[in-house]
Amino acid sequence: MTDAKYFANTKKGEIFELKSELNSDKKEKRREAVKKVIASMTVGKDVSALFPDVVNCMQTDNLELKKLVYLYLMNYAKSQPDMAIMAVNTFVRDCEDPNPLIRALAVRTMGCIRVDKITEYLCEPLRKCLRDEDPYVRKTAAVCVAKLHDINAQLVEEQGFLDLLRDLLSDSNPMVVANAVAALSEINETSSTGSPLVEMNAQTINKLLTALNECTEWGQVFILDSLSNYNPKDEREAQSICERVTPRLAHANAAVVLSAVKVLMKFMEMMNMDSDFVNTLVKKLAPPLVTLLSSEAEVQYVALRNINLIVQKRPEILKHEMKVFFVKYNDPIYVKLEKLDIMIRLASQANIAQVLAELKEYATEVDVDFVRKAVRAIGRCAIKVEQSAERCVATLLDLIQTKVNYVVQEAIVVIKDIFRKYPNKYESIISTLCENLDTLDEPEARGSMIWIIGEYAERIDNADELLESFLEGFHDENSQVQLQLLTAIVKLFLKRPTETQELVQQVLSLATQDSDNPDLRDRGFIYWRLLSTDPAAAKEVVLAEKPLISEETDLLEPTLLDELICHIGSLASVYHKPPSAFVEGKTSIRKALPPRAGSTEENQGAIETQQPTVIPSADNLIGDLLSLDISAPQVTPSYVPPTASSNIDILGGGLDSLLGGVSDVPNNTTTPAPPVSTSGLLGDIFGIPSTNAFYTPPKQVWLPAIRGKGLEIMGTFTRRGGQIYMEMTFINKAMQAMMGFAIQFNKNSFGLSPAQPLTVQTPLHPNVSSDVSLQLNTVGPVQKMEPLTNLQVAVKNNVDVFYFSCIVPMHVLCTEDGAMDKRIFLATWKDIPSQNELQYTIENVALNVDTLSQKLQSNNIFTIAKRNVEGQDMLYQSLKLVNGIWVLAELKVQPGNPKITLSLKSRALEVCPSVYQMCEMILHN
Amino acid sequence: MSASAIYVLDLKGKVLISRNYRGDIDMNQIDKFMALMMEKEEEGVTSPILKHNEVTFMWIKYNNLYLVVTTKKNANSALVFVFLHKIVGVFCEYFKELEEESIRDNFVLIYELLDEFMDFGFPQTTDSKILQEYITQESHKMEIIPRPPPAITNAVSWRTEGIKYRKNEVFLDVIESVNLLANASGNVLRSEIVGSIRMRVYLTGMPELRLGLNDKVLFESTGRGKSKSVELEDVKFHQCVRLSRFENDRTISFIPPDGEFELMSYRLSTHVKPLIWIESVIERHAHSRVEYMIKAKSQFKRRSTANNVEIIIPVPHDADSPKFKTAIGNVKYAPETNSIVWSIKSFPGGKEYLMRAHFGLPSIVSEEVEGKPPISVKFEIPYFTTSGIQVRYLKIIEKSGYQALPWVRYITQNGDYQLRTN
Repeated sequence: MTDAKYFANTKKGEIFELKSELNSDKKEKRREAVKKVIASMTVGKDVSALFPDVVNCMQTDNLELKKLVYLYLMNYAKSQPDMAIMAVNTFVRDCEDPNPLIRALAVRTMGCIRVDKITEYLCEPLRKCLRDEDPYVRKTAAVCVAKLHDINAQLVEEQGFLDLLRDLLSDSNPMVVANAVAALSEINETSSTGSPLVEMNAQTINKLLTALNECTEWGQVFILDSLSNYNPKDEREAQSICERVTPRLAHANAAVVLSAVKVLMKFMEMMNMDSDFVNTLVKKLAPPLVTLLSSEAEVQYVALRNINLIVQKRPEILKHEMKVFFVKYNDPIYVKLEKLDIMIRLASQANIAQVLAELKEYATEVDVDFVRKAVRAIGRCAIKVEQSAERCVATLLDLIQTKVNYVVQEAIVVIKDIFRKYPNKYESIISTLCENLDTLDEPEARGSMIWIIGEYAERIDNADELLESFLEGFHDENSQVQLQLLTAIVKLFLKRPTETQELVQQVLSLATQDSDNPDLRDRGFIYWRLLSTDPAAAKEVVLAEKPLISEETDLLEPTLLDELICHIGSLASVYHKPPSAFVEGKTSIRKALPPRAGSTEENQGAIETQQPTVIPSADNLIGDLLSLDISAPQVTPSYVPPTASSNIDILGGGLDSLLGGVSDVPNNTTTPAPPVSTSGLLGDIFGIPSTNAFYTPPKQVWLPAIRGKGLEIMGTFTRRGGQIYMEMTFINKAMQAMMGFAIQFNKNSFGLSPAQPLTVQTPLHPNVSSDVSLQLNTVGPVQKMEPLTNLQVAVKNNVDVFYFSCIVPMHVLCTEDGAMDKRIFLATWKDIPSQNELQYTIENVALNVDTLSQKLQSNNIFTIAKRNVEGQDMLYQSLKLVNGIWVLAELKVQPGNPKITLSLKSRALEVCPSVYQMCEMILHN
Repeated sequence: MSASAIYVLDLKGKVLISRNYRGDIDMNQIDKFMALMMEKEEEGVTSPILKHNEVTFMWIKYNNLYLVVTTKKNANSALVFVFLHKIVGVFCEYFKELEEESIRDNFVLIYELLDEFMDFGFPQTTDSKILQEYITQESHKMEIIPRPPPAITNAVSWRTEGIKYRKNEVFLDVIESVNLLANASGNVLRSEIVGSIRMRVYLTGMPELRLGLNDKVLFESTGRGKSKSVELEDVKFHQCVRLSRFENDRTISFIPPDGEFELMSYRLSTHVKPLIWIESVIERHAHSRVEYMIKAKSQFKRRSTANNVEIIIPVPHDADSPKFKTAIGNVKYAPETNSIVWSIKSFPGGKEYLMRAHFGLPSIVSEEVEGKPPISVKFEIPYFTTSGIQVRYLKIIEKSGYQALPWVRYITQNGDYQLRTN
C-alpha cells in the first residue's frame, strides 16, 4: 500500500468532503483525511480553510498523525494567526509528554510557527526543554532559541535565553553542545551592534574542542565554523587549537574538511611563517585538498573555488599538485573552467611544458567557452613564465592555423598581450595574424588586431590599407573598436606621415563630427589639437612607452582575499565576494585575518628588487589616450586645480570644454589650500620641465564607487611645511546624500595616523565632490606592512564602513633635516657593511646632473657631495625618514646615457626598494 | 549553515515535495529556479550555485529529480552539497530507488525524514540506520510509540546498544580503484590509486575494533621501516574512527556501525605501470570509412587475472555498418553511447590481444562538431592490490568476550581510467 492514493482525490467539493471526514468520530478515518489534506498541500493546493478542523485532530496519541498536523500548522499558521492560538495548549502539554520524541517535536514545531502571539507562550516550555533530562530534547531546544531570536530578538535577551544557551556549551552531550554552538553563531551573526552577543573564551573553546571529537559530522562543522570566528590571544593558543583541529582533515565528510581548513588557514596567519609548525601544517593541507577533487561534482566545484583562494594566499601548499587539476573529459563544464583557472595560477617554469601540452589539448575540444578559456590560458602562461613565451606563441600559431573562428579570435586577443609584455620579440608573426583579418567579428579581437597594426605600423607595409578597410564601416563598429582604430591611425600617421594624411583626417572627422560617443569625440579632438599644435608632443604622447603589464591577473585584492579566507566553504568563498555584497540587511562585522605574529621582527636577507609591475584594472579615458587597451594599467587621472597649471594655455579655450567635467569640481567644496606647487599631468604630457617643486603624485582612485556603495575616494600624499598631508577627493556617486564621515588607519610601518579629524563637507550630496586635506602625524602604532609603504585605511560614513589600502610615496616621509654632515656621511658610508648595499638602475632619465640634484633636493633628498670620475658624475645623497632611519645613496650619471645607477646603503635594508621606487618616480616626473 | 528550504523538483521544475525550515524566503521563489538554470545553461555558464536577487539556489540532480536548497544568507555551501548527497543516500536506503514515484508513494515518510534531517537549516541526523530505528513506514501500525534511540545524541551516534548475533563475523573488503589519464601519444599524465576498505559487521554488543595495516608511517615510527609497507597519502575515515588517536599513533580504533559501511578510504599517487594498457590506431577516411586497431595489454603478474574487462572505444555518431574482428572476447556496437564495447571475460596477466573494427561513414559530413572522448577501460582483478596494502590484523574486543572471525578480501578495479585518442 502506498501513499500515492491520497493524491487521487481531486474532484470538486473536495474541501467540503475533507471537512466532514476530519470531523468523523472514527480515528482511522480522521487519519486518512489528514493525509489527504497534506497530500493536497504538497501539490500546492490551498487547504488553509480546513485549519480549525485539522487543529482539532491535534490531540492524538498517534505520533504519525501528530506529526502531520504539526506540519500543517507550520505551513498555515501564518495565514491564520488567530486560530493558531488554539494550538498553543496542545503544544504546551506536549512539551511535558513523557516521550522525549514528542517533547522535542513540540518544541521544534512551536519555534517554526512565526506568529507573534504564540511566541510569548513559547518561553516557558522552551525554558523547561532547555533543561530537559533527555539530550534529544535539549539539542532541539537549543536550536529553538535561534528560531525565537529570529522572530523576536529582544524577547530572547530579556528572558535570559542567551545565558541558558551558553550553559549548554558545557553540556555533557556533544550533540547538544554542537547545536548550542550553531544557534549561538547564528545569533551572533545577526547581532545589531556588530559585536557578538556571547563571547567565546579560552575555556569554552576547550570544551568545544573536546566535543569536536565526539559529535556527528554536522556538529563538527558547526563547531569548526564557530572556532574560526574565535581570535586566539597568542600564537601558542592558536597553535594548540590547530593541533586539535588537524585530525579533522582525515574526516570523510568534505564539509568537515573544508571547515577545518578554514580554521587552520586563519590561525596559521598568527604564526611565524618559517616555523616548523607552519611547515608541517602546510604539508598536511595538500593531500586533503587534493582528495576533495574526488568528491561529487558540486562539492568539487565548491572545493575548487576555495582552492583558488588558498592558492592565492599560500601558493606553496599546492605548488607540486598541478596534475590533479588536469581536466577530465567527463567533468562538468563548471568544474573544467575552475580547474583551468587553478592550472594557470600554479603554472611555473617547472611544470610549464606539461601545462602547455594540456592546454593545447583542451583548445581542440568542442565546448566553446572552455576552448576560449584554454586559449586565453596559453596567453597567460606566456606572460607569466617568460621561458615558455616562445613555445606559447608557437602553440597559438598552431591554433590559428586550425582556422576555427573563435579560436583564432581568442588567440589574437592574447597575442596582443604577449606583444605588450615582450616588445620587439615576436613581431615576425604579424603577417600570419594579418591573414586572418577578415574572419574577426568580435569587438575584442578586432580591437586587438587594430592595436597590433597601429603599434607596428612601421613594419607592416600595407598597414594603411588594412586600417582603411576597417574605416569603411566605422560607425557600425563597437565603440571599443572605434577608439582603437582612431588611435591606431594616429599612430600610423605619426610613423609614416607622408602617405597617410588623408586617412588621419578622415578618421578624425569621423570621430569628432559624425559620432555621438563623447569618449570618441573627446579623444578625436585631443588628437586633432595635438597634431595641429605640436606634432612632436603628439609623438611623445601617442607613441609613449607603455608600462609593463603584470604577470598575474584576476588576483583578488589582499584585504578581500584575507576576508574570504575567513569564509572558506561558504557562499562568499564561491562567489569571491564578501558576504555584505550579497546578504541583505544589516551585515555583521567583516572578518579579517589575525595580525601576523612577529611582524616587528626584522626580515633577514636582502629584499628582492621589485619589478615595476602594475596591476591592470579597468580602462579609463587617459589610459586610452595613451592608446592602452583594456588590459592596460591604470594611468592615474589627475585633476589638477587650475592654479597649479598656468602653463596649459597652449591648448586654448578648447580644452576647457574637454575638461568641462573636471574644472567645476573644486567649486562646491571647502577648497583646501592647493598643494604648494604641482605640475599636473597635462604639464607632463607637454614635457614642460617641472623642477624645484615637491612632487605630489597625481591622485589615484583608492576606493572605486562600486566598492564604496557609491562613494568614490581619490587621493594622494604630499608634504608641505614639514607636515605630511593626505589629499583626498570624496565623490558621491550614489543617489543619496552621505554624511557622518570618519577615518581611521590600521597600524602601519611608519606609525602614520590622522592628526586631525576628517572634515568632509556634509552632507555630501549626490554627484558632488569634496576635497579634503588631512594632516597626518607619525606617532600612531607601528606594525611592519608588506609592502613597507602600504597603508590600510577605513573610512566610515552613514552608509557603511569601507576599507582600502594605498601606498604612501616614500618621499613624503623624508624629513627636511635629512642633509647629513659631509664627514659623518663619509664615516657612515664606510661603516655600513657592503651586504647592506643594494644597487638599482633607473632608466630613461634625461636630466643633467644639476636638475637631477635639484629635483631630489626639493623632495628632501639632499646632495652631500658631487664628484666626477672618468666622465661619470657621482652624486652622494642622504635622506632621513620620519622614523629616524637614514639612507645614503650614490648616483652614477653618465652624460648622454639615460640610464643611471643608484646604490643605496642603509642599516635598515627593508626600506631600500621603496627608496628606489621613490627616486625613480621623482626622476620620471 | 542556514538552508532556508529544501525542494524536490521533477524535470520540468514542478515541486514534488518541499520543506520550509526558516520561513525567511517566500516558497514561491522556487518558480524562478528552472528558468534561471535554463538561462545559465544557454549562456554556457551552468553552475550548481545560482543566484536570483537575494536568493541563492544550490542544487544537485539525481535520476530525474532536482534537489534544491534555497538560502539568502552566507550559507556553508560545502555543507549543503554534502548534505544533499547524503539525504539522497538515505532516501535510497529507505525506498531502494529515489524517483518521482517513490516520493509520491512515501510522502508522509519523507516529511518525517525531512523533519529529522534538518532543523532551522542545521543538518541533524542523516544516518539511515539510526533513523530507521524510530522512523519507519510501519510506525502507525505499531501500538507502542517509538522513542528517540539514545544513539542520536550519543557520542557513538552510529550504533545502538543491544545488537545480537548468533555467529559473530566481520568481512573486510579492500578495494583499490585505479585512476589513469594517458594522452594520445601514450604518456601517462596522471595515475593514482583510490583505495577503500569496506566492512560488513555482524557483531554482538558494543565491540571495540582495532585494524592494523602495513602503514609506512606506523612502521617507521615503530622501527619496522624495513618491512614492506605502503605510504598512504591521504586517509579519510568513517565517523566512527577516533581521528585524534590516529593522528597521535596511527592506530585505527573504532566501534563499528552495524552492517555494511565504508571504514576508510585512502589515496596514493605513486606512479604504477598501467595495469591494462591500450594502444589504438584510428584511421579516418573522411566521407567513406573509419578503421580501428586496438591492442590491449595486461601488465600485471601472470598469476593474476582480470575479470569482466570492458574496453569502451568511442566512435563517430554517424558511423554505420560495423564490422569487427577479434581473437578473444566479443565486440558490440552501442549506438546509444556512440561507442563499441569489447568485453573479455577473463584476461590473464602478461597477455596481449588485438581487435579490429571497421565502420562506414556517410558521404555528407554532419555540421555538428564532435568532441574526442577518450577510450575507457573497466576491469576487476581479485586477490590483488596495486599498492601492496595488507590487513595485518583486526582485533575485536567485546566485554562478553566472544570470538569473532574476520574475513579479508582484496580486489583491484578500474576507477576513472581514460586514454585519450588522436
